[in-house]
Amino acid sequence: MTPENLILTALALPLAACIACLIFAKQPNLRDGLTLLVSIALLGTVISILQQFQSGQVIEASWWNFNPGVAIAFKIEPLGLIFALVASSLWIATHIYGVGYMRGNNEKKHARFFACFAFAIFATMGIAFSANLLTLFLFYELLTISTYPLVAHKETPEAKAGGRTYLGILMSTSIVFLLTAIVWTYVITGTMDFTPGGILTGKTEAGFLAILLALFAFGIGKAALMPFHRWLPAAMVAPTPVSALLHAVAVVKAGVFSMLKIGVYIFGIDNLAATGASQWLMWLAAFSILAASLIAMQQDNLKRRLAYSTVSQLSYITLGVALASSMGAIGGGLHIVTHAFGKITLFMCAGAIYVATHKTEISQMRGLGKAMPFTFIAFGIGALSIIGLPPLGGSWSKWLLMVGAADAGQQVMIGVLMLSSALNVAYLLPIFARGFFDGSIKSDGDDGDDGGGDGGGDGGKSFRENLKEAPILCVLPPCLTAAGCLVLFFYAGKIEEFLAPIIMGGS
Amino acid sequence: MMSLVENHAAILVVILPLIAAPLAMLFGNRNVAFLLSLAASAGSFLLSIYLLMLVKDGAVLAYHIGGWAPPLGIEYRVDAANALVLLIVAAISLAVLPYARTSIEKEIAEKNHTLFYACFLLCFTGLMGVTITGDAFNVFVFLEISSLSTYVLVALGAEKDRRALSAAYDYLVLGTIGATFFVIGLGLIYMATGTLNMVDLSERLASMEGNRTVRSAFAFIIIGMGLKLAIYPLHRWLPGAYTYAPSAVSAFLAATATKVAIYVVIRFMFSVFSIKFGFEQDTLKYIFFPFAVIAVFAASFIAVFQINVKRMLAYSSVAQIGYMLLGIALFSATGLSATLVHLFNHAVTKGALFLAIGAIIYQIGSPLMANMSGLGKKMPWTCAAIVVGGLSLIGVPGTVGFVSKWVLLMAALEAGLWPVSLMIVLSSLIAVVYVWKLVEILYLEPLPKDSQAREAPLSLLVPTWCLILATLWFGFAADFTVHVSDIAAQSLFDGKFGQDAIIMGTEGRS
Repeated sequence: MTPENLILTALALPLAACIACLIFAKQPNLRDGLTLLVSIALLGTVISILQQFQSGQVIEASWWNFNPGVAIAFKIEPLGLIFALVASSLWIATHIYGVGYMRGNNEKKHARFFACFAFAIFATMGIAFSANLLTLFLFYELLTISTYPLVAHKETPEAKAGGRTYLGILMSTSIVFLLTAIVWTYVITGTMDFTPGGILTGKTEAGFLAILLALFAFGIGKAALMPFHRWLPAAMVAPTPVSALLHAVAVVKAGVFSMLKIGVYIFGIDNLAATGASQWLMWLAAFSILAASLIAMQQDNLKRRLAYSTVSQLSYITLGVALASSMGAIGGGLHIVTHAFGKITLFMCAGAIYVATHKTEISQMRGLGKAMPFTFIAFGIGALSIIGLPPLGGSWSKWLLMVGAADAGQQVMIGVLMLSSALNVAYLLPIFARGFFDGSIKSDGDDGDDGGGDGGGDGGKSFRENLKEAPILCVLPPCLTAAGCLVLFFYAGKIEEFLAPIIMGGS
Repeated sequence: MMSLVENHAAILVVILPLIAAPLAMLFGNRNVAFLLSLAASAGSFLLSIYLLMLVKDGAVLAYHIGGWAPPLGIEYRVDAANALVLLIVAAISLAVLPYARTSIEKEIAEKNHTLFYACFLLCFTGLMGVTITGDAFNVFVFLEISSLSTYVLVALGAEKDRRALSAAYDYLVLGTIGATFFVIGLGLIYMATGTLNMVDLSERLASMEGNRTVRSAFAFIIIGMGLKLAIYPLHRWLPGAYTYAPSAVSAFLAATATKVAIYVVIRFMFSVFSIKFGFEQDTLKYIFFPFAVIAVFAASFIAVFQINVKRMLAYSSVAQIGYMLLGIALFSATGLSATLVHLFNHAVTKGALFLAIGAIIYQIGSPLMANMSGLGKKMPWTCAAIVVGGLSLIGVPGTVGFVSKWVLLMAALEAGLWPVSLMIVLSSLIAVVYVWKLVEILYLEPLPKDSQAREAPLSLLVPTWCLILATLWFGFAADFTVHVSDIAAQSLFDGKFGQDAIIMGTEGRS
């Protein structure tokens, strides 16, 4: 296939899945099967793009002329390719999981759900491959809109309120700050293309650069930088597959990915380092990391705790940009991958626990590990990867970020990263520990809320006897992604090598 | 034959509907009337495309009616700016007519259908004439043709809701005041210069900058047109007229009438009076800026609290007019280009939205939000159209609304006016609120158990979706509209309108 067609295929496949979901709305098996095939084909396409790219080919495409000199254009570069690989491979796992979850949980409106899901992947691919700010913004907004129905999926008052917060914060930040920043960049430089080394070097003075960076950093609400992080916990009303893929991988990573891409290709790492325009962002990211971890510790609702943990972890990547050192940027890029695998595992486990027991609060999960060993072991592995312990992938990205901080001469930031790891231990491991070691399951008062939860048919038995793993479709995917965390530990070097060119070509 | 049509294209776009209107009445059969209207619109549409293609790179065409040379004879003049407006009016008319055939069945008694088509054609004639003419008095004549027929069209909504009568009456009174102001202004400049041809006027007015008569004429003309285009404090007629008119009329008016009025303001400001006239002492800037900003915020804010969807869209129109004024007030070629491109973009968007809402009203018989809960399930295509149109109002990328906002923001930032750019983006957040209020009702509210709603018939859906597809197409491939607006804005600034034009129709004349 020609390079242009490869990009077209990568965009068209999820879009086709979206349409197929709507056409075959009434035939669930055909619909979900087709989507699975498409997701596998998408991964194949992205891999063949990777192969072509590694053979040194320039892969780009552009279709519509938006303005004279500005087009909807795509270009493959290492950062975007890594992001696309993560999103497309995890889509397969999440789709399988999603089918199990939606059916096991008797959720409604499956067709709309899977259609929006596929559309969100389409938007994610667009973001990953975008060649200029305009294209990025286009798909960024499409991603917000297509995920709104997923957040509000349950149509309950809470879901609607969550949806409003979600849309409100993401849209306001992107319209008010991001759009202004993009147009301003265009007015100053006359271009919007992502260019190695940045396009703003020497165009403006440092103070203005800091303002522009602020517009971008707050404009990309999906990066959940405080104080614009509230949408992420609010989005937890969504069904768990949504939280897993979109609010641990696609949506939030689209945010930090954009941050990284703009830092590297618009501002230029050297430019940021030379002007010190990103100093303030570094401190804010550090604050975000610690504050979100502290808030996470107080959450009893498992998904909310994970959400705040995500807020904290996303700021690692923002920090990587703000450090303005090459290791920081590469560490940020690697953290996109490792955190994706770790966090999706945690979310899928949370969902599996919900499907099996209908429990959402951590305090209710004592001793569940004995009944659901696979789920809890996967959870433990994911948690350890987030904390950053070897032999799991997360350890490398944290290591690189620390090296980046040292390179930039920011010893305080090394301290922040270490403190944050300690906090991660404090809020993630107790969940795992409780599952296995903390007393036995209380059965009193539980019979009420497990009704219909685990397959039905044996309603007469007590809660403890009923307790077993969630359906296989809900357990297998987190085990696979947990294994992914392990594998990543050994492949992190390759990814680092692959990402290295992004900071070349500067001054 | 072909060369005859080509040579006389400028007059034919006006003559076709003007002839079709009395014919429609004479035949007295609503099917014949419909076919005549459709044929006239289609002809005008094709000819407008032809004219736009001729001038899109900056040429100016002139047509002398009856062969009488200006300034004695009446002259039609076409440049990129009015060719774009001609295309808007003709395209919307062509989209609305097939829709109207179905939608008026439930809104207007059968005996009045031919009347409807005749008035529609006259309104169409008037708008085209106002746009294409190069003669200042001719503008007034066509303006009255379109206004008088509009009053009738709005009043035709009375069979469904009696409040249409008072809305039409409001419009009649305010519209007449506006027209009177306009004609007083014309009288004053005629007194000062002794001519009514626009090109001639601009030559003579150039040396009269300090003349008080001319200055008051300018004020009368701007305020008179300000009433017609519903500049914020003069907008009172608009919500009522749009709300109670028949659906097809609302769509047509919202998409065309105010756009043509804005075009007239631009034409008079830039081509008749010298460019510096309004802005030299910064007076106009201080009038347009605040009112544009107030319009954008106040009208959007009022739209949030409407329970009638058509009224909500009407207030949103007042807000969008604010954006167009803002573009003019920036007083730069980019700003003017933003206004022109928004004329097109907003026409397509608002037209589509009014058509989609009309389809819902056709099916459920009510324009109230409370009666629309859960319709997303029953009328998926109509509701999807509303979502896309709404996104365009907000200015989400991929829609035409984004293109407008992009150019306007660029104009504001180029001028170094970041507070203005901040206001532009902040105000579109209010649009998010009122659009999403509707979207939530359509999709997330439960459908009433006894709901009889079904998807709208194809005759309503196809026109709606044609405009929606245009919303998307020109949102992606925006370089055509942006290019034409850039050219138009630049030649307005350079005063190209009065410079050597290509005279049409010389060889075809006997």
